[in-house]
Amino acid sequence: MAERPEDLNLPNAVITRIIKEALPDGVNVSKEARRAISQAASVFVLYATSCANNFAMKAKRKTLNAGDVMSAMEEMEFERFLQPLREALEAYKKGQKGKKEASEQKRKDKEKKSSSTDENDKSRDEEEDEHMDDEQEGENEGEEEDVEN
Amino acid sequence: MSGKNMEEKVEQATNSKNISLPVSRVRLIMKSSPDVSCINQDALFLTTKATELFVQHLALSSYKNGSGKETNTLSYSDLANVAEETETFQFLTDILPKKILARDYLKSLEEMEKDDENL
Repeated sequence: MAERPEDLNLPNAVITRIIKEALPDGVNVSKEARRAISQAASVFVLYATSCANNFAMKAKRKTLNAGDVMSAMEEMEFERFLQPLREALEAYKKGQKGKKEASEQKRKDKEKKSSSTDENDKSRDEEEDEHMDDEQEGENEGEEEDVEN
Repeated sequence: MSGKNMEEKVEQATNSKNISLPVSRVRLIMKSSPDVSCINQDALFLTTKATELFVQHLALSSYKNGSGKETNTLSYSDLANVAEETETFQFLTDILPKKILARDYLKSLEEMEKDDENL
């Protein structure tokens, strides 16, 4: 697998933006400093990955999971990141779940189109219930099966 | 995971406005680490987010620690200094070495040679 050196670097534009947002307004950043921070970020990823992987291996797992990354942050003495990371992960998971439900909804709509109109009226009411209850996906699916039978 | 799914996920990740760095690139770097086989999606997200936090932390710490307040510029030497002086950034000392003037380096070489002669 040929890896060009650029591939292991992070995009300059994004790095520059993150730096500018972190610093007070009007502060300049030299080109050299920007490049150095970008390289430091790549090294950070490698270091964090290696550290997280150690935790996974200790637990005899082949897949790196979220817990390993959090443990790595503690090990690297970046405890200040733990709370913001937890919050970001929660928001991310909610976003993922929302998208999953949206695509499942599309699938159900397709299925309904192929069934009769009477059943469509009944299931439309149940669809509205589904929208309101995020956590009762399983139960709703059970109800649907009754309707189709 | 097919290539197409990965692209969708990258799109979703950037659309959710949680992170700016490309998840696919971070994944590439992670995979280059030896002994790493599989990376869970949440772990990938967290690493990307952590890298963003790290960039902010490094930039701000270097600025605060350095002489940037007078010059209003963050320079390379600010970064090199913080890498040497702050424990959490010490893993960066190899890639952020301090720079010295050539004449100072040559001077210290001369002094080392003198010591050898004296022995």
